[in-house]
Amino acid sequence: MALRRDTICALASGPPPAAISILRVSGPQVQEIIAARFSATTLVPRHATLVDVFDAEGEVIDSGLAVFMPGPASYTGEDTLEISLHGGRIITELALEALMTAGARLAEPGEFTRRAFEHGKLDLTRAEAVADLIDAESQAQLAQALKQMDGALETLYAGWRADLTTCLALLEASIDFPDEEDAPDRVEKPVGESLEGLECELRKALEHGNISERIRDGFKIAILGKPNAGKSTLLNQLAKREAAIVTEIPGTTRDVIEIRLSIGGYLVWISDTAGLRETSDIVEAEGVRRAREAASKADLRIWVFDAQDNPPVDGVQPGDLRVANKCDLVDPGTVSRETLKITAKAGIGISALETEMISRLNAMTQNIGAPMITRARHRQGIERALTHLVAAQHQLKSGSGAEFVAEDVRLASRELGTLTGHINPDTVLGAVFSSFCIGK
Amino acid sequence: MSDPLEFDIIVVGGGHAGCEAASAAARTGARTALITHKIETIGEMSCNPAIGGLGKGHLVREIDALDGLMARVADQSGIQFRMLNRSKGPAVWGPRAQIDRKLYRQAMQSEILNHTNLTVIADGVEDLLIEKDMVSGVLGESGRHYAAGAVVITTGTFLKGIIHRGAERIPAGRVGEQPAIGLADRLYGLGLPMGRLKTGTPARLNGKTIDWTRLDMQAADETPIPFSYLTDRIEVPQIACGITHTNPETHAIIAENINQSAVYSGAIAGRGPRYCPSIEDKIHRFAEKTRHQIFLEPEGLDDDTVYPNGISTSLPRDVQDVFVRQIEGLEDVEILEYGYAIEYDYVDPRALDVGLQVKVLPGLFLAGQINGTTGYEEAGAQGLVAGLNAARRVRGDSHATFDRAEAYIGVLIDDLITRGVTEPYRMFTSRAEYRLSLRSDNADQRLTARGIELGLVGKHRAEMFHVKQAALESGRSLMKASQMTPNDAQKLGWKVNQDGQRRSAWEFLAYPTISIAHVETAFPQIAALHPAIKDQLEIEAMYAGYIERQKEDVAALRREESLTLPDDLDYRAVGGLTNEARAKLETVRPATLGQAARIEGMTPGALTALLAFVRRRPDRKKAHG
Repeated sequence: MALRRDTICALASGPPPAAISILRVSGPQVQEIIAARFSATTLVPRHATLVDVFDAEGEVIDSGLAVFMPGPASYTGEDTLEISLHGGRIITELALEALMTAGARLAEPGEFTRRAFEHGKLDLTRAEAVADLIDAESQAQLAQALKQMDGALETLYAGWRADLTTCLALLEASIDFPDEEDAPDRVEKPVGESLEGLECELRKALEHGNISERIRDGFKIAILGKPNAGKSTLLNQLAKREAAIVTEIPGTTRDVIEIRLSIGGYLVWISDTAGLRETSDIVEAEGVRRAREAASKADLRIWVFDAQDNPPVDGVQPGDLRVANKCDLVDPGTVSRETLKITAKAGIGISALETEMISRLNAMTQNIGAPMITRARHRQGIERALTHLVAAQHQLKSGSGAEFVAEDVRLASRELGTLTGHINPDTVLGAVFSSFCIGK
Repeated sequence: MSDPLEFDIIVVGGGHAGCEAASAAARTGARTALITHKIETIGEMSCNPAIGGLGKGHLVREIDALDGLMARVADQSGIQFRMLNRSKGPAVWGPRAQIDRKLYRQAMQSEILNHTNLTVIADGVEDLLIEKDMVSGVLGESGRHYAAGAVVITTGTFLKGIIHRGAERIPAGRVGEQPAIGLADRLYGLGLPMGRLKTGTPARLNGKTIDWTRLDMQAADETPIPFSYLTDRIEVPQIACGITHTNPETHAIIAENINQSAVYSGAIAGRGPRYCPSIEDKIHRFAEKTRHQIFLEPEGLDDDTVYPNGISTSLPRDVQDVFVRQIEGLEDVEILEYGYAIEYDYVDPRALDVGLQVKVLPGLFLAGQINGTTGYEEAGAQGLVAGLNAARRVRGDSHATFDRAEAYIGVLIDDLITRGVTEPYRMFTSRAEYRLSLRSDNADQRLTARGIELGLVGKHRAEMFHVKQAALESGRSLMKASQMTPNDAQKLGWKVNQDGQRRSAWEFLAYPTISIAHVETAFPQIAALHPAIKDQLEIEAMYAGYIERQKEDVAALRREESLTLPDDLDYRAVGGLTNEARAKLETVRPATLGQAARIEGMTPGALTALLAFVRRRPDRKKAHG
């Protein structure tokens, strides 16, 4: 049977951090992916080759050993590639992203083995051995993900599914029981509200949960504060070079200056901004506007103030870091305990600040810290569910029949169902019968 | 004809499953006998005299598309045709009709008694005849032996059927009918897995004693739409049904006496349908509701019996007398027959294969309520499948199956044999994943060609079908060829994207705001099409986008369905299965990998192991020569 195949990829080794991460790719596009993402554009079959792995922008992610096994003499029977990289979280995540942007998709649990079976590659004894293993793989993935998320995501998903089931129950009751007095007749309003709320939640989750994108693109950190508080000096200290021009003249920094740094293994973009103050200077005013914009987009905001002044209040949000600069000029006791104390010019307190920044970044990734395969699978599933939710609302608003809306809601719940378990028609009928007195 | 007591197929039972089974087998050319106690009860509607509804109406149209009987008989006896869900899209329109019980029976008997290849025999069936572990016929109560290559049993609720009404217990199939003890013992003796279900029926009322003037009336559709693709129009006079409601007094009486209800006294163990609760259940489970709707449905044009739909009950007679007369319009009503609950055993349909044949006894087929379903339509659909496949078996052909993407019949059979039942199984549109393609309007397009190929469809219908197909095909081409720029469309006031992309009439119809009437004004050549063809194409075009999207799903479904699992697969030899997964697979014995995947709680790991095992088997066979 000739099946149309796409190319799949997955982390084949245990979750990072580990000594090495082994990524496996299988399918017809393996050779294209090699050409697109590796420093060696072709590989000698079944030879380990040291290659650089690039991301979509051509930046090197890592170098590692790659082995190309042309089909059918491979595990799956298809062209297969295995890459051993350094086993860091970010490297692994970035490398997977690189494979995916080159045309692969994440494999479903057990899909490599399934392909191997379908190509008749595994004999009976090995099939027996791996069958258990696959089962463990999929269940462990789910369990691991849900556990690490402290149950929060599980509850969240379960809540979404419950909402979708309620919507479907309303829609299906109105479709399947039109002659029943108790069955809902007009479902547009409750279903519309529910779908809108869900769409909003899914978008929020994607926004917050899209940590891999931030790991790939870098976290945004903005340094904010009044003119001449020492923001640019701090930036230069963090950059360990003269990235920004530093003068005694307040308002020297007009535009946002961004530097790319690695802190604690995280890629970050630190932006030095124009000092925030009222100004009639057109150029400076534009700088201030840009500073505020940078502040609003930042994952972490560092407010720098002169230790001789009062700490900033305006625009400070919970979770922002407050840093008192020029602490050499004041009695340390006068500065609030919650405030980090530095003397940027002399480089004092910088490493303590870095430690604090890293712990903030850790906390951010911790919150979303699911194992990455599950997480990427989640993101894809949620994105697809979102597409259907949008379509369902469109159908609802355009006055199409309930059957169209139900179709998209059902597809949305199926997508979420692939993440946590299934919604089958019986669940929906159960919800119908428990909510409405059906039976003429 | 040879020996009159020798047949290809014997169908036991003359209900809705039995009639369709006998007719289907006979249509394919098998010499068929229908054996029933009483010929005069063939085609009897034992419960609510109505055919169709949501999902059910779809089944009726599918039976018709395969040239079955139910739709044509209903068209000759329907006294209140209504298309349910008119306000929604055509995919979920549900044709339904209130039926004149007598007219239905007469029309059905006329079909059955005048059917080619079909002999009707009045006899009870005492036992199955079995030779070499296969069914070879049946033994009549008369003592006669009837030989056959396959037997279809469609005897409804006769397995340990008990009628409950308050403290009364009457062993029976239906009121006034003899349960068949010998045949039941034989089925129990096969060791098939069984379950127990219950269902109920309301009191029957004398319509002359109802005060209709006080009630709301629900009229039939102005232009009744027939069930059958062969019926041009409905000739039977149409009537209205009454609507009334229970009230707090009714509820109080029922609540006070609920312990006397056979269900609430604990006398009934079987599970009832959630979608058709007794009035006791409604009041108990939805205590906050102060009234429940009742449809008063006349059972015939010249029959005063009225079926009060919505108040089935197993309360004692005296309580029924009191609570029924508390209802508006029924103050002086005469009860002709009291309501009751019936409890019965059913055969777990997971013991059947996809042709509805009992896996452990080749040649024996079961269809209808005995498989845990409810409803005439579900019974008829199973009858058709069982009769067809019984006949194929006798000819040495493999089962003919319908998949979930082509018919509600496929959904029904697959649900039954894969998931079993926990309550009397009824069809709903929400059970069909491919609901937007499985419409009641296109059952002929989905199935009639198949039916012709299977030898189920007669010459007349086949000719009509080919004519219609050709008209649809040319209409479709015409609509696709009739094109316009978005700019021109805008001039007509149509809201479409101004992207410069020319669109066809077919594509315009996918817009919810553009109907066939709009399209006709723009393209006069389309106006010339036959109205029925136009309607059909409008519906098709409307769903085209969604159906296109479903194609991949359907392809995936069919890929998995094409991976067959051998009947005799030894699941103990399949490595890597958990005990739970193995037990489930052994119960169902799925015919395909796709079916295995739909078993509740199947894991990807178990499926993969199964696939690997099956893939390796032919190799091993080869290796061993």
